[in-house]
Amino acid sequence: MNEQARQWINAALEGLGQMALLVREVLYSLWRGRKSGRDLIYQIYFIGVKSQSVVLVTGAFTGMVLCAQTYFQFHKVLMDTASMAVVAVGMCSELGPVLTALMVAGRVGASMAAELGTMRVTEQVDAMRTLATHPVDYLVVPRLLATIFAMPLLTGEAIALGIAAGMVVGVELLGIDRTYLWANMVRYTSVTDLAIGLVKCVIFGGIIAIVACYKGLNCGEGAEGVGRATTEAVVHASISVLMVNFFLTLFLTRLVEVFL
Amino acid sequence: MIEVHELYKSFGSNRVLDGVSFRIEKGESVVIIGRSGGGKSVLLKLLIGLITPDQGSVRIAGEDIGKMDERQLMPVRRKFGMLFQSAALFDSMTVAGNVGFVLDREGRFSEAEIARRVAEALEMVDLSGTEQKKPAELSGGMRKRVGLARAIVYQPEIVLYDEPTTGLDPIVADSIDHLILRVCGRLKVTSVAVTHDMRSARRVAQRILMLHEGRIYFQGTPDELFQSADPIVHRFVHGISDTRKDFF
Repeated sequence: MNEQARQWINAALEGLGQMALLVREVLYSLWRGRKSGRDLIYQIYFIGVKSQSVVLVTGAFTGMVLCAQTYFQFHKVLMDTASMAVVAVGMCSELGPVLTALMVAGRVGASMAAELGTMRVTEQVDAMRTLATHPVDYLVVPRLLATIFAMPLLTGEAIALGIAAGMVVGVELLGIDRTYLWANMVRYTSVTDLAIGLVKCVIFGGIIAIVACYKGLNCGEGAEGVGRATTEAVVHASISVLMVNFFLTLFLTRLVEVFL
Repeated sequence: MIEVHELYKSFGSNRVLDGVSFRIEKGESVVIIGRSGGGKSVLLKLLIGLITPDQGSVRIAGEDIGKMDERQLMPVRRKFGMLFQSAALFDSMTVAGNVGFVLDREGRFSEAEIARRVAEALEMVDLSGTEQKKPAELSGGMRKRVGLARAIVYQPEIVLYDEPTTGLDPIVADSIDHLILRVCGRLKVTSVAVTHDMRSARRVAQRILMLHEGRIYFQGTPDELFQSADPIVHRFVHGISDTRKDFF
């Protein structure tokens, strides 16, 4: 193994280790630290309310294109009325949580990393420490809790709007019979699909907040450092979401098979 | 109050502190001088545990802070107030939010009591009535004064000043010096300032430590410093560079 690859692996492992230490500090803070409801509400507003438009547009257009594409393929084998079953299952267990997480990683993750990074390079984080305030208590915990709280709500909205938009496209644009379309969708979509999606999005929320806060609090010096931290926060959070999604799908599906 | 023993600190191959030792008594006003990049700010950050030394110890009221983690340091830091070189105000908050930050976090006081204490601290730094302004609306001198109000509002025992007059015009710098003296006089705090502004150092210091090549090269009263015949001290105090005249 050449020197460059060894350094890259070392840096990656060190980053993972430091992120694990951040998670430990967050857990300690959740257990012992003083929580500020005001900070939490502000973060829920910023992360949840302010992300709605982008998440809703994403959900709607994903539902629409998924319905159209499924119809084009199913029409060849005369299964038109099963189109919405695919849309509903896909939106609930995969596309809803994953696309919402990617949108939130882009909007909120970037913002968190840039804000904390700027605070770090302008010594505001150090100032906070001199004021006997742990940055994890004040900066990380409210953002993490707010993201974890907001993600299921945003995902729920994206799923609902995606299904509704898919129905509109299926019935109004593609001319599929609405009764059979609806009946098949309800028949093949179960509560566990939705539950899997909601469990996933809670985990994705945690990943996005931790990665973004870690990148922000450990960014390099100057504007270049903040820029790099912001990019890395979005890229690493998005890749982590996609990778974790695969393993969660396998694990949660198996879990459902075993217990239900 | 503060005991520093054989402190070493390097950044990569650059050794910034090379065995620094000194002691500061309670109520004393000490100024640390030295050339830019000579490790003054690093030393100040070591005193409050913002960075950890490679070797050596820092004792605050008998407690070795080098062995403490971030959470153990929090009650020790409550004894400190620190004015940063850039003031480091929280730019998302108003002046009142900045100054009252610690009081609000502690949760011991009512909103009215916090507002009263904030107003009192702002009055001490001659900034009454600026509570609702944002840091972006303030001048450099005003920011430093808000930073000072934030550092003293909870009545710490030790106040650290990192380059308090750097980047300010002589009149504003003079007003900051007067504020430092006022804080020392009224609150009876221990003051530690790092600066290369000799006028400011002479005015606020009871004792001056000179940092040179990572060590305490000189310590004494301002008069002793200014009368010193040591060539290194003399050159620094009177601002005489050793640049070769035929260089250009």
